[in-house]
Amino acid sequence: MSTITIMMSVILVNNYVLSQFLGICPFLGVSKKLDAAAGMGFAVIFVMVLATAATWPIMQVLDSFKIGYLQTVVFILVIAALVQLVEMILKKFIPALHKSLGVYLPLITTNCAVLGVCISNIDSGYGYFTSLCNAAGAGIGFLLAMVLFAGVRGKLENEEGVPEAFKGVPLTLITAAMLSLGFMGFSGLFQ
Amino acid sequence: MDKKVSKISILTKGIIKENPVLVLLLGTCPTLATTSSAINGIGMGISATAVLICSNIVISLLRKIIPDKVRIPCYIVVIAGFVTVVQMLLQAFVPSLYASLGLFIPLIVVNCIILGRAEMFASKNNPFDSALDGIGMGLGFTLALGIMGLIREFIGCGTMFDIPVQTFLPGMGIFNLAPGGFFVYGILVAIVNFITKGKGTKKSFGCEGCAMAATCGGARKENECGKGAEA
Repeated sequence: MSTITIMMSVILVNNYVLSQFLGICPFLGVSKKLDAAAGMGFAVIFVMVLATAATWPIMQVLDSFKIGYLQTVVFILVIAALVQLVEMILKKFIPALHKSLGVYLPLITTNCAVLGVCISNIDSGYGYFTSLCNAAGAGIGFLLAMVLFAGVRGKLENEEGVPEAFKGVPLTLITAAMLSLGFMGFSGLFQ
Repeated sequence: MDKKVSKISILTKGIIKENPVLVLLLGTCPTLATTSSAINGIGMGISATAVLICSNIVISLLRKIIPDKVRIPCYIVVIAGFVTVVQMLLQAFVPSLYASLGLFIPLIVVNCIILGRAEMFASKNNPFDSALDGIGMGLGFTLALGIMGLIREFIGCGTMFDIPVQTFLPGMGIFNLAPGGFFVYGILVAIVNFITKGKGTKKSFGCEGCAMAATCGGARKENECGKGAEA
């Protein structure tokens, strides 16, 4: 499978949010406003690529010592430390970027999509470059879903005529179901 | 937490009044992803419950030793340790469940319910209460996942716990796929809303339940999360 195919399939067919259910919390929580959704999306792309770049070599080290079962513990700590480090570096050297992405960074530590992409890269047996592309694709897919969903939710602000029990969360979830249904149209696009 | 709260209410509040999935809206990822059948849902629920009880007890025991500034990384290490234990046990004794839950077993680490209970309950209460809280919350989680799994399996394949129960309707496969998950979850939350008339139910997904709320700059209170982002 070529790198492009992997990237496109993870963006459209196996979209992390809408078909694999990873990163649902930020997807539902930060999608009220379009700019916040886009900011979160870009921050996730950034952290996913960075986390994969860091965890893939670490896994090789773990494997060489035959302690692969420590994967979960090591990965989550590496991601948490990395996110903190990146936040500090951004704050010091690129304040403009920190202003737009910084607020989302701590939230991303416990985003299951980031840990998910790192583990699934290892499980799929991808090489280093392919892993990075897969991570970037997963992030782009997340951004796409976030932006689309924020656009839809913007139109739902006025909940007139919605039954009392369905207001708020249930309506959001059913809207997500519709969007997910739309993305199912892509299935079979790439093998 | 009020001292007068009885032991029984600590145990039962997680099951109905503060159900982590249907009322507090935590742990949405595993809820949606692992409920394509009742057995998967309950398996996930029990695994998460085991991790939750153990991590609650250990974090509660260590609550006076862990320095406040590094508490979140410490909690994560404790939780990740127990997740690894559960992962190995599942792999050894229930390989079929291990295969079908797949990626979502290591992802129990980032389940907001577990980190959230560590932060909100176990770090402030004694080990016994924390264990009860873990059992209650875990049961609530398992119950919600089981119900959702049953509904999706019934409509999607016409089976319950893999036993065929209805033949009059063709299985609607969409309920086993992603859109059905969102849909059934939405309907269940709406039913809970209807029964409780909105009382005790959060109206939206907020920062309150997020485990990182304490470390995230502007998220001390609910609603401030989004505002901080725009500033």
